[in-house]
Amino acid sequence: MTEVLQTLPRPLDDRLATLRRVAIVPALNEEGSLGRVIDEIRRFDPGFQIVVVDDGSTDRTAQVAEGKGAYVVRLPFNLGIGSAVQTGYQYAYENDYDVAVQIDGDCQHDPSELPAILGPVLDGLADVVIGSRFAGAGVYRAELTRRFGIRLFARVVSAIVGQRLTDTSSSFRAVNRRGIAVFAADYPHGYLETVEATVMAAKYGLCLHEVPVAMRMRAAGRSTLTTSMSTFYAFKVLVALFVGLFRRTAPHVEEER
Amino acid sequence: MTPLRVSIVAAIASCGLLLVIFELMRSRRLQERYALLWLLTGIVMLVLALWRDALGRIADLVGIAYPPSALFVLGAFFILVVLLHYSTVISKLSEQNIRLAQRIALLEARLGEKRSEIEP
Repeated sequence: MTEVLQTLPRPLDDRLATLRRVAIVPALNEEGSLGRVIDEIRRFDPGFQIVVVDDGSTDRTAQVAEGKGAYVVRLPFNLGIGSAVQTGYQYAYENDYDVAVQIDGDCQHDPSELPAILGPVLDGLADVVIGSRFAGAGVYRAELTRRFGIRLFARVVSAIVGQRLTDTSSSFRAVNRRGIAVFAADYPHGYLETVEATVMAAKYGLCLHEVPVAMRMRAAGRSTLTTSMSTFYAFKVLVALFVGLFRRTAPHVEEER
Repeated sequence: MTPLRVSIVAAIASCGLLLVIFELMRSRRLQERYALLWLLTGIVMLVLALWRDALGRIADLVGIAYPPSALFVLGAFFILVVLLHYSTVISKLSEQNIRLAQRIALLEARLGEKRSEIEP
C-alpha cells in the first residue's frame, strides 16, 4: 500500500489543487495511442477531468476512452478538428472549469511537460499558453515542407499579433477561464485551426505566452491530412488570417455571461 | 483585343465582385472554404479584363473564331464547377442532417426512459 502511495505523484503545483481543471483530448481514430495519453495525464495529476472528444472515429476510440474512465463526447459525424476542440471548450465553460489543457490523442504531446505550459497560467501571466516545438527544448523532426509551413505561419502570426511566436500550429496549450469563455463562443472551423485561434485570441485581448516543450513522434495512427489537403488548408488559413485583420470580434463574447 | 472601354468596365465589375466576397467573409456570412472558389472566379475575371490579349489568345488556342465566345465558354465552365461543388456540399449537409435527426431521436428516447425511471 505504501509503495502505491509513493508512486502516486502529488499535484506538481499546489495552486493546481484548488482549481477545477480539465484536459481536452480531441481524437480521430486514435484507439492505438489514446489509452496511453489518458494514463499519462492521470499520472501527472489524477485531479484532471479528461474529456475525449471523438470526432467521428470509425475505430474503437470511444470505447478505449470510456474503458479508461474518460468523459467521452461523441460527435455524430466528423466536424473537423477545430469544431471538435471547441466542443471540449464548451464542456469546460458550461461546467465551470478554471483551467483547460489541450492535448492531442496521438501521444505527440508529453503530459510530463504540463507543468511548463500550466506555469504562466497559474502565475497569472497569460490567458493562453502555447507549447512550442521550436523555442528550444528537444528536437522536432518533420518534412521540409511541413516545417516551412509552420515557420511561415509563425512569421505571419507574429507580425499580426505583434509578439514573437515560433510555433502557432502547436495544439499543446493551456487556457484559463477567460480563454475558455472566448474559445467556447468562437473558434475556427476545419484544420490548422490553431493558427487562426492564436490570432483570434490576441484579437479578443487574451494574453498569449509561448513556452518551449519537447514533443514526441507519433506513436500510432497517421496524420489525418494528406499533402494536397494541407496545401488547401494552408491557403485557406492565409486567406482567413487576411480577412480576420478586418474583422471585429464577435460581439456576443465581449460581454461574458 | 478587348476594347479599352469594355476592359475598364469589366475590371471595375470584377473588383466589385471581389469586394462583395471580401465583405461577406469579413462579416462571417461566407465561410473561407466556400469563398476560395469565388475568389478564384473573381481573380480570373479581373485577369481577363486587364490582360486584354488573353481572350483572343485563348480563343486562338482552342480554335474559337469569335473571341467573346471564349468568354461565354469560360463563364459557363466556372458556373458548372461552382454548381457541382454545391451539389456535393448539399449532399453532405443532407447526410449530416439525417444523422443529427437520428441522434436526437435516440437521445430523446433515452431521456424519456431515464425520466420514467426517476418518476414512476
